[in-house]
Amino acid sequence: MNQFSYVRPASQQAAIDAITRDSSARFIAGGTNLLDLMKNGVLAPEKLVDINRLPLKNITLNNNILHIGALTLNSEVAAHPLVKTHHPLLSQVLLAGASQQLRNMATTGGNMMQRTRCSYFYDITMPCNKRTPGSGCSAIGGINRMHAIFGASDQCIAVHPSDMCIALVALDATVLVAGPKGNRRIPFGEFHRLPGNTPDKDNNLGKGELITGIEIPHSPFTQNVYYLKVRDRASYAFALVSVAAALDISNNTIRGARLAMGGVAHKPWRLHEAEKTLIGKSPTADNFRIAATVATQSARTYQHNAFKVPMAQNSIVTALQKAAAV
Amino acid sequence: MSQAPNENPSCPGKKDKHEARRDFLKQSSALMALALTPPLVVKAGEHDETIAGLFEKMPVSMEINGKAYQLSVEPRVTLLDLLREQLHLTGTKKGCDHGQCGACTVHVNGQRINSCLTLAVMQEGKKITTIEGLAQGDTLHPVQEAFIKHDGFQCGYCTPGQIMSAVACIREGHAGSPEEIREFMSGNICRCGAYDNIVAAITEVKQGGHTV
Ligand SMILES: Cc1cc2nc3c(=O)[nH]c(=O)nc-3n(C[C@H](O)[C@H](O)[C@H](O)COP(=O)(O)OP(=O)(O)OC[C@H]3O[C@@H](n4cnc5c(N)ncnc54)[C@H](O)[C@@H]3O)c2cc1C
Ligand code: SF4
Ligand code: FES
Ligand code: FES
Repeated sequence: MNQFSYVRPASQQAAIDAITRDSSARFIAGGTNLLDLMKNGVLAPEKLVDINRLPLKNITLNNNILHIGALTLNSEVAAHPLVKTHHPLLSQVLLAGASQQLRNMATTGGNMMQRTRCSYFYDITMPCNKRTPGSGCSAIGGINRMHAIFGASDQCIAVHPSDMCIALVALDATVLVAGPKGNRRIPFGEFHRLPGNTPDKDNNLGKGELITGIEIPHSPFTQNVYYLKVRDRASYAFALVSVAAALDISNNTIRGARLAMGGVAHKPWRLHEAEKTLIGKSPTADNFRIAATVATQSARTYQHNAFKVPMAQNSIVTALQKAAAV
Repeated sequence: MSQAPNENPSCPGKKDKHEARRDFLKQSSALMALALTPPLVVKAGEHDETIAGLFEKMPVSMEINGKAYQLSVEPRVTLLDLLREQLHLTGTKKGCDHGQCGACTVHVNGQRINSCLTLAVMQEGKKITTIEGLAQGDTLHPVQEAFIKHDGFQCGYCTPGQIMSAVACIREGHAGSPEEIREFMSGNICRCGAYDNIVAAITEVKQGGHTV
């Protein structure tokens, strides 16, 4: 690992100032992604700003809005009674990610900020537009089994690896941000970006901005929810394809539906059109299959990842069936 | 509680020099900031709780296996490297060094974590337990006993991490069934494939109602 200076600010303002005044400085929260990347030489910040002493570790419910502080650990969120009662989908996605040791370190803010697991991004001897803009994309003509089927560009076909974010985009969460110019709120679906011509930018967080927490609005999805994660081994692996499904069913009719996918795009992939096909319908396999077909209409595949399209369709049907059966 | 000898005799004793250097670094970065940013920023920077410069070691205190330590550590040293290289607590193993295998599992304030992916300086004021701290004198911990009884290892390299993880898994209440044990022990890879026996060992301790 490169050498770096280290500060542990006592206040949020001091943390934001410390980042703002130093172009290569980075926040460190759990460290599970940042230190991994630094050991590989992918990142070499000259200063780390340890935010762990900031009072951003809390889970509260006010006016039916759930607030989760940015430093709340993935394991704490997964196990919290308010989360399990009001947003069980969030608990499920978190338990499907990483290992208990990592969840005991990984924070809510850090999880959103984690970088892609594209192996070329990690290998500093290979061209990669995300790591070194303009150097090329090794994955497009290389091994791209893990890569995107939606929303990719000719600059980058990487996927966002987070499980947590799939539930947050499905539940219409809001990201709370504090920065040099004050506070702002970003709808979760607009937080992460598609690669376009700037694959080095994973999200819309500005320089010096600190995620302080997330808010999840009241939702009817407290019962019929399911997260299906398809991966190369039974546990402790990133998704090939994952589906978060949430249904609001009454009198055998779907009143509300949320669908989002992981492992398929540069950002958590919400399936709005597929959701619409379900409203007013009965929860049958045929209707789920129609939603799955609509969901994958815009898919585009590369040499090694064409399997993801039927896998995505089947996963959508299975996740909806499991959600409906709870 | 005994006080461990200071890790780097060359640095902490000479506190004056150390602090002078720190002041210098603070000053020089403040000067830089002054040149580039409005005065407000410089003022806020003074509230920094702790600061260590590029090549500077910084003081860290923590409790490891019940002993208080006052250490001097470079910011880039991981907790795993501090334990193994500086303190010679080599029971905690380095497998992958990237959070992928669990060999480095220790408890921090009672929670299991991968010590390879956290900095030692981030553990200021924390209580660390390593495999060396599990037994009570000559009496092995029940999970250690059960691993021996059930052949929960072959080469033994993953074992300290497996045992630290297993103790936490039982304490967390995640050892209710073989399926649950497998899921919540999935962060510990065993190259020798001793999984069945590890699950058997954990199940026995859990069902035996031992206090772990
Ligand atoms: C072996 C392994 C397996 C894994 N498996 C999975 C998996 O299956 N599913 C999954 O979803 N994840 C998985 N992960 C990733 C893990 O979830 C992330 O590493 C973790 O969530 C990152 O959180 P952190 O707090 O440790 O972030 P850090 O490493 O501390 O920070 C990551 C980035 O976020 C920035 N940052 C942190 N906090 C803030 C903040 N509040 N505001 C602004 N910026 C901030 C940092 O500057 C840094 O750039 C795995 C990781 C490993 C090592
Ligand atoms: S897919 Fe993106 S991250 Fe992977 S090599 Fe191409 S540019 Fe880099
Ligand atoms: S050495 Fe830490 S997880 Fe492998
Ligand atoms: S006993 Fe050899 S790696 Fe587990």
